[in-house]
Amino acid sequence: MDSLMTVNVFTGAYIFMLAAFAGWVIIGNVPAILHTPLMSGSNFVHGIVVVGGLFVLLNASSVTEQTIGFVAVLLGSGNVAGGYTVTARMLAMFKPSVVPAKQKS
Amino acid sequence: MIGVIAQCIIAVSGFAAAFLLMYGLKRMSSPATAASGIRVAGAGMLGAVVGAYFYAFDVDAAAKPHLLVNLGLAIVAMGIGGFIAGRVGKTVKITAMPQMVAIFNSMGGGAAGSIAAVELVGHRANGLTQLVVTLLGASIGSISFSGSIIAWAKLDEVLKRPLQFRGQQVLNVAIVLATVAFGALTVVAMTGGPALLPISTLILSFFGCAMLFGIMLTLPIGGADMPVVMSIFNASTGVAVGLEGYVLGNPALMISGMVVGAAGSLLTILMAQAMNRSILNVLFKKFTVEAAGKPGAIVGEEKPAQASDAAIDMRYAKSVIIVPGYGLAVSQGQQKLYDFVKLLVAAGVSVKFAIHPVAGRMPGQMDVLLAEAGVPYDMIFQLADINDQFATTDVALVIGANDVVNPAARTDKSSPIYGMPILNADKAKKCYVVKRTAGGKGYSGVVNTLFYLPDTLMIYGDAAAVCGEMVEAVKSLGAAAA
Repeated sequence: MDSLMTVNVFTGAYIFMLAAFAGWVIIGNVPAILHTPLMSGSNFVHGIVVVGGLFVLLNASSVTEQTIGFVAVLLGSGNVAGGYTVTARMLAMFKPSVVPAKQKS
Repeated sequence: MIGVIAQCIIAVSGFAAAFLLMYGLKRMSSPATAASGIRVAGAGMLGAVVGAYFYAFDVDAAAKPHLLVNLGLAIVAMGIGGFIAGRVGKTVKITAMPQMVAIFNSMGGGAAGSIAAVELVGHRANGLTQLVVTLLGASIGSISFSGSIIAWAKLDEVLKRPLQFRGQQVLNVAIVLATVAFGALTVVAMTGGPALLPISTLILSFFGCAMLFGIMLTLPIGGADMPVVMSIFNASTGVAVGLEGYVLGNPALMISGMVVGAAGSLLTILMAQAMNRSILNVLFKKFTVEAAGKPGAIVGEEKPAQASDAAIDMRYAKSVIIVPGYGLAVSQGQQKLYDFVKLLVAAGVSVKFAIHPVAGRMPGQMDVLLAEAGVPYDMIFQLADINDQFATTDVALVIGANDVVNPAARTDKSSPIYGMPILNADKAKKCYVVKRTAGGKGYSGVVNTLFYLPDTLMIYGDAAAVCGEMVEAVKSLGAAAA
């Protein structure tokens, strides 16, 4: 993967800076009601680590590397699957309150 | 040729994933679009994972003979990890969600640490910068891994007491220094310098110290602060993933990881502000339970009441504010509570829900719970919006909440929760507290002085059962009147 994607120190720093800024802006002004689902949602997002796990496992050339790589994929996919189901379940409860809103008056 | 095509597919799927994950997170930050947000993010993730299998067409020469085995291992690992976590995530009770977030976060940190370990063992990280970044990501990931497991144990009440002892801070500093030292020695040894110990010993010691620090950092923290700690570890895992993404030269990991790092940090700050604590204070303050539990501070005694009497009292009140807490979540009483509220509303009582920012085991957990029961948004108020209204309210119904209504937070300087903004339930004309058993301690281990006030009545019992009795009481009243 050297030819298509190379990231040197400064490109890396720029990517980190912009991504950090984006994350900050995305979460700004979020209502407290969504704090828990958002923590769970961002927990799912860092599950992308499984892609890195797959990379090291597929490139493993010794038993040690294979073992640790296996653990990386195992944990990473757990992060993805668990993060997704838990977040989806939480968010499924947030239905538009058109009907219940009437009951208040 | 196949290698180049594979690279293109990986690059495009990674790019799409980075966009979709960020866009999904954005959609998740507004109630109206939240449910679709996770599906958008999920689609991005699916694409990235499928794309990642194309690495198989472009592996190192050394790994070629092992490719089939490696592919098999990858599929098995993903099958096991995905199946178990997905199953647990689907079946776990809604009250156990905070623990689940802790455990899945721990997995992410562990995965980032493992990737770093392979980089080190396989001598893939080259040069000073790469090595330092690898080790930095490895230490953050490892701390997040072990710390989140302790957080899980605390949230799940496997570990009940905060563990504190003399010289704890000194020991922690020593562990950090040891981690840095082993990391530095590893860098020296791997950049051709002298190796004091075999490299594998150095690497193992490095990971061991980092994980030990995660444990030691989390052990002394009290249960009430666990949400903030979870948020910190969530952000940390994101940063660790981003750093390992840099070492792997994968911008999708860098962007997704760092977005979570920044978003998680902001979320942590918002939560800490809601509790009126600084983050350093949460992490390093001595949490003294003994001083707060002084029996001398308590005047009066707990006065029990019947659920049915309380129900009828509220039926004829003008206004009621309900303060839900973790106890409601545990008993799964939200549906029955809302049934009761509907009866009150039908009888012309003004009912509002007051949510403390850290009610439950996670900020916003009560909002999720009430949303599940179908309570409309406009009945639910946050602390700042409703706190002044308690003084003009007839009845405050505290149901399964404790620390968040403890007036000691306002007055008692020796209390560990001193300074935390609380809901002013004690200022209502009358206060009913639904609680499983007598004895005034909350999750933080602090005695609640609210329970001993003259205008406070205690209803002992499981929240769901009590709500059921209250519904019956109001219904039978209606039947008698008809």
